Amino acid sequence: MFDYETLKLIWWLLVGVLLLGFAIMDGHDMGVGTLLPFVGKSDLERRVVINTVGPHWDGNQVWFITGGGAIFAAWPLVYATAFSGFYWAMLAVLWALFFRPVGFDYRSKIANPTWRSTWDWGLFVGGSVPPLIFGVAFGNLLQGVPFHFDDNLVSYYTGSFWALLNPFALLAGVVSSSMITFHGANYLMHRTEGPIFERTRKWSIVSGLVMVTTFVLAGVFIGSLPGYVITSAVDPNALPNPLAKTVSIVQGAWLNNFKTMPALWLLPGLGILGGLGGVALAASRKTLLAFVASSLTMAGVIGTAGVALFPFVMPSSTDPNSSLTVWDSVSSHLTLGIMLWAAIIFVPIIVVYTSWCYKVMAGKVTEKFIEAHDKAAY
Amino acid sequence: MNESLIELSRLQFAATALYHFLFVPLTLGMTFLLVIMESTYVLTGKTIYKDMVKFWGKLFGINFALGVTTGITMEFQFGTNWAYYSHYVGDIFGAPLAIEGLMAFFMESTFIGLFFFGWDRLSKMQHLTITILTAIGSNLSALWILIANGWMQDPVGAEFSFTTMRMEMSSFWDVLFNPTAQAKFVHTVSAGYVTGSLFILGISSWYLLKGRDVEFARRSFRIAAAFGFAASLSVIVLGDESGYAVTESQQSKMAAIEAMWETEPAPAGFNLFAIPDDQAETNYAEIRIPYVLGLIATRGVSKEIPGIKEIREHNKTRIASGILAVKALERLRKDGNDLEAKTVFDAHKADLGYGLLVKKYVADVAQATPEMIAQAAHDTVPKVAPLFYSFRLMVLLAFSFAVLFTLSFWYSIKGTFTEKKWLLRWALWFIPMPWIAAELGWFVAEYGRQPWSIFGVLPTSLSASTLSVNSLYGSLAGFVGFYTILLMAEMYLMFKFARLGPSSLGTGRYHFEREAVAA
Repeated sequence: MFDYETLKLIWWLLVGVLLLGFAIMDGHDMGVGTLLPFVGKSDLERRVVINTVGPHWDGNQVWFITGGGAIFAAWPLVYATAFSGFYWAMLAVLWALFFRPVGFDYRSKIANPTWRSTWDWGLFVGGSVPPLIFGVAFGNLLQGVPFHFDDNLVSYYTGSFWALLNPFALLAGVVSSSMITFHGANYLMHRTEGPIFERTRKWSIVSGLVMVTTFVLAGVFIGSLPGYVITSAVDPNALPNPLAKTVSIVQGAWLNNFKTMPALWLLPGLGILGGLGGVALAASRKTLLAFVASSLTMAGVIGTAGVALFPFVMPSSTDPNSSLTVWDSVSSHLTLGIMLWAAIIFVPIIVVYTSWCYKVMAGKVTEKFIEAHDKAAY
Repeated sequence: MNESLIELSRLQFAATALYHFLFVPLTLGMTFLLVIMESTYVLTGKTIYKDMVKFWGKLFGINFALGVTTGITMEFQFGTNWAYYSHYVGDIFGAPLAIEGLMAFFMESTFIGLFFFGWDRLSKMQHLTITILTAIGSNLSALWILIANGWMQDPVGAEFSFTTMRMEMSSFWDVLFNPTAQAKFVHTVSAGYVTGSLFILGISSWYLLKGRDVEFARRSFRIAAAFGFAASLSVIVLGDESGYAVTESQQSKMAAIEAMWETEPAPAGFNLFAIPDDQAETNYAEIRIPYVLGLIATRGVSKEIPGIKEIREHNKTRIASGILAVKALERLRKDGNDLEAKTVFDAHKADLGYGLLVKKYVADVAQATPEMIAQAAHDTVPKVAPLFYSFRLMVLLAFSFAVLFTLSFWYSIKGTFTEKKWLLRWALWFIPMPWIAAELGWFVAEYGRQPWSIFGVLPTSLSASTLSVNSLYGSLAGFVGFYTILLMAEMYLMFKFARLGPSSLGTGRYHFEREAVAA
């Protein structure tokens, strides 16, 4: 139905949509996990915090799993190269995520305080480590990653884990971390009242401001970072072969797309204005609108990073010609088409039933509720 | 590629996959048992059935948490540890995984939240619908995963492209309706139903032996016995179907499972027992039943099943032809318009995977000596003894489940099962057995496919990521450490709540609570 070029573009957008879905949905319960030890002072308060996401975190996590699956299916070379190259970073994300299912389900089944506080910190790790690492990973993508392919397209990663922790990448990590905390705080405010609400409100304002500041800083840096440019002719309809092009590194090239299409500045604009608006709304206790604002902010921030990189997905710093782009790291025409149909059919259905579940569970979670459901609640 | 890297990557995959499958079968089976209990509740309005859903649901939840935890590992691991595999077959293999997320896992995981937390906020019918959707979601999830695995066993609907240097999908329908995948799916979910049934049957038996919460346990036992009876029969019938599919698609696996060294005139006999010797390529102490294998594997009496020696001999020719394909491919990678190379490649591309097998012994396949080719051909049939014994133990267990459930079902119809202490003890001590059977089944399926990660297409020895051996030692140690701690926490809670029984619900209606009130 679509030609290959169009499908390649659609899949770039769809991966972005899935990432954004992950950030909005799993992001808010990860933010709640991050805030858990700080806004919940007593066991009862912590149970309130946990139960705001208790019925939903599992479904939300599937955004992450489906995102991974979609990258595997639509961009197999990216999935292969990124997951194996970032080996220890990926394992850190995975092992941090281990704490979530068991943390949620096991924590309140036993009344022992050590048991419970251990899982509380487990939920903190499970909520805070993945967003931090994803931010750091994006920071490294923007600087290029040291990998290359041989003739058979076997990928070799030549960097170290510690080199990932460079200043720009860490800055990107702070952007991502504070963004998720901000978003989680706005959600948590919406579902709580009293002292938890008040503490969370402060966290929302602070993390929102940190996010906007670091995002702007990263934007300033990016103008001076080396970007990547394809210098050979591109045939977007060609069969994908990442070794068929030439790429050079040009200072400030990540701003090229914004220069050729000034309308794209709306994306970083959305990131900043959404952030500032969200802070103002959180300050004036308009919780639902604040949640919408932080969702829009995330669309702006993720969109900005994606557009800056375009058409690159994973540039190579040591062998720029091996860089992976939306044109040459994708699946076959047939697979992209089938996967598009799967997404068109199922994503709207998922959105509908997820919304219904939130509607069923809507309202404030209170200490009284936890006490009344001591055996059944998390 | 470094051999210890491959071995460690395989070990890590095997350990994490087998560990993941400790939790999957119970999820698959228990969701449907919960549906049955809750339907009974909705139809009869008796609170005891609601308590059953809640209590067994609690144990289900403890298990489910680790199923989710360890499932993410599986999705990561193709990328982290099997990067070349992911590139080489991602075009086909990735699609069912992604669709699994979209169609099944989302549904299961979203509704499981309402299953636990929605009791007060949903009508009876709504809550039952949620439980049903969770069960369908978990089983659909198994369907897509087994479509992916079925394709590894029997890679239909795909073709190699030399430009992109990978396998590409040629027919989604062939991948979807792959007979191997369909047979595996029904066999695997039935095994899950057996696991769930035996779990409930065994724990209920324990309550009956203790004389605690007898009404609760009797009703649970009956439901588990009936569902388990049907499941234990279907697991055997559908396992047999799987066996038939294996004969069609993987003769090497079938020959190794049967320790059949020589090709026999049809219909072949079945080795009930033997001591296979891989070195001498022969069996000792054979107990043979004539005709049976021929009947099972070919559904007839006239088709010949090739023996191990013949398969290895035949694969020498395929390897020689495959080497030509690999050499032609190297030329095509340099110049896609090399017509002569293209002609050679097209003539031999069916054997490309067999040519790649030699890369384990020599980087430039053109340099392969006859000894190397013989060794690679020898590799095409995996070690016999582990497969032969695992398979027989699995089948023996399957039949023992059928006997246990037949008796349980029979006595539950007669209403005398509570008096049959031997039956209750059998059910209790048999709780771990379905897990052992399921793990053996996966071992047979995966070890039996070696030396391939994709049968006949991609050797395992070429599939791994180019990581350092130290990274593998580190990650393997991390997985073992994490998984041990998680398993301890899980088992602790499982035992605690199983011992506590429905008293853990805090309704005031059950054993320990009544005792507390009386005191």
